[in-house]
Amino acid sequence: MQLVTPGIGLIFWQLVTFLIVLFLLAKFAWKPIMKALHEREASIEDALSAAEKAKLEIQSLKADNEKLLAEARLERDRILKEASDAGNALVESAKNKANEEGARMIAQAREAIENEKRAAITEVKNMAAALSLDIAERILRKELSNPAAQQTLAEDYIREVTLN
Amino acid sequence: MKKLLVLLFSFLTIAAHAAEPAEGGEFKPGDMITHHIADDYTWHFADGVVLYLPVILVDNGEVNVFSSSNFYNEAHDVVPYNGYVMEHGHIYKANAEGESIADYSGLYDFSITKNVASMFVSVALLFFVFFSIASSYKKNAGKAPRGMQSFFEPIIIFIRDEIAKANIGPKYERYMPYLLTIFFFIWFNNLLGLMPGGANLTGNIAVTLVLAAFTLLITVFSGNKNYWSHIFATPGVPVWLAPIMIPVELIGIITKPFSLMVRLFANITAGHIIILSLFSLIFIFESIAVGPLSVAFATFMNFLELFVALLQAYIFTLLSAMYFGGAVEEHHHDEHAHGEAH
Repeated sequence: MQLVTPGIGLIFWQLVTFLIVLFLLAKFAWKPIMKALHEREASIEDALSAAEKAKLEIQSLKADNEKLLAEARLERDRILKEASDAGNALVESAKNKANEEGARMIAQAREAIENEKRAAITEVKNMAAALSLDIAERILRKELSNPAAQQTLAEDYIREVTLN
Repeated sequence: MKKLLVLLFSFLTIAAHAAEPAEGGEFKPGDMITHHIADDYTWHFADGVVLYLPVILVDNGEVNVFSSSNFYNEAHDVVPYNGYVMEHGHIYKANAEGESIADYSGLYDFSITKNVASMFVSVALLFFVFFSIASSYKKNAGKAPRGMQSFFEPIIIFIRDEIAKANIGPKYERYMPYLLTIFFFIWFNNLLGLMPGGANLTGNIAVTLVLAAFTLLITVFSGNKNYWSHIFATPGVPVWLAPIMIPVELIGIITKPFSLMVRLFANITAGHIIILSLFSLIFIFESIAVGPLSVAFATFMNFLELFVALLQAYIFTLLSAMYFGGAVEEHHHDEHAHGEAH
């Protein structure tokens, strides 16, 4: 029975001591400890969220870079294409011009040849005319002496004159 | 370490009894155990190493303070002193013949007994441990814990997260100082009680009564509208049942801390009784051969008690937190909170 009968003395001392312990520990131990734990947890939390944010930022930067790179690639392709087109066009036009020039020169040459030919023919004709006159003159001169010889001569001349 | 503990414990047990057969002859395990788990006016470390604690008596308003050594003569017999007599571990008013007056009223005993002295030791230890931890938190603020700090930090965080936050909810913060204090107070005293020569403080009903009363008062004073409406108008119960329900619920307020009081007291006392009983076997059989067996069992029990010391501190704190949680809980009427009540 003594075991389960609380003694007034111990109740009193326990009450007083426990209140003092509760007060002092709460003020000088639990408060700073809980505060420190809270602060540390908050700082860890902050650090983690900052790391997460940085990761996201890096990801977005990477995505941006990728985009820029893709754009640059497209631009490059476009420029290359343009350049090669321009080159092709240039070559094409140069070729055309050269062809035209060639054709023009050939035509000119042809014309010159034609002219020369015409002049030569004219000259031949003139020479033929002069020769004819000359022959006629010589025939006329020989006619007076020998008609037979005249005939022969005329035939000789004619034979001599060959139109080429 | 454990061997040392058991060895010391057995010395203590033997020492306490070395004198008894000389006086009374036969060994009475019941008396020995009762004497060991009860409070005392002296602190008996070993035979001959005795600390006489101060006796403080309030006799009808008059305060008497003297050493408890006055109750013993040279032959270590109990004698009356200054009109008081000590019988069965209690001090009574004595008549002229030195016999106790049974129906004397107005005598209150506020002595610094073995339990009170042991409590002061534990308080000094608590202050030392937690003030130094608090200062190391200030010193290496924001850094990883060191030394004692790293031993106690997980426990503190466990109490905060698993006991307070889980059972009280968002308002847990204001109960933290109380929960931490009772947890460490009970745990430290449980462990000190297991030390050789230690007092059975947490196995004393006066101590558990006060602790339970604190839980009761905090619960009642933090009870919100929801808590009281549960008691005076239990939801889902017909009105005509109120004359039965209200007294039942009111008794429920008391039974919760009452169970806390009995649970801690009984668990710790039972552990002490078992260990002491195991050692008593040696003296009952009056054989040294029983010794190794008793020591083996007592070693096992000591380990169990180390676990119980922690477990009981945890349960007391957990249940207190649950009662606070029930008192501050907001509206949702779930079966959980109600189930905890019984």
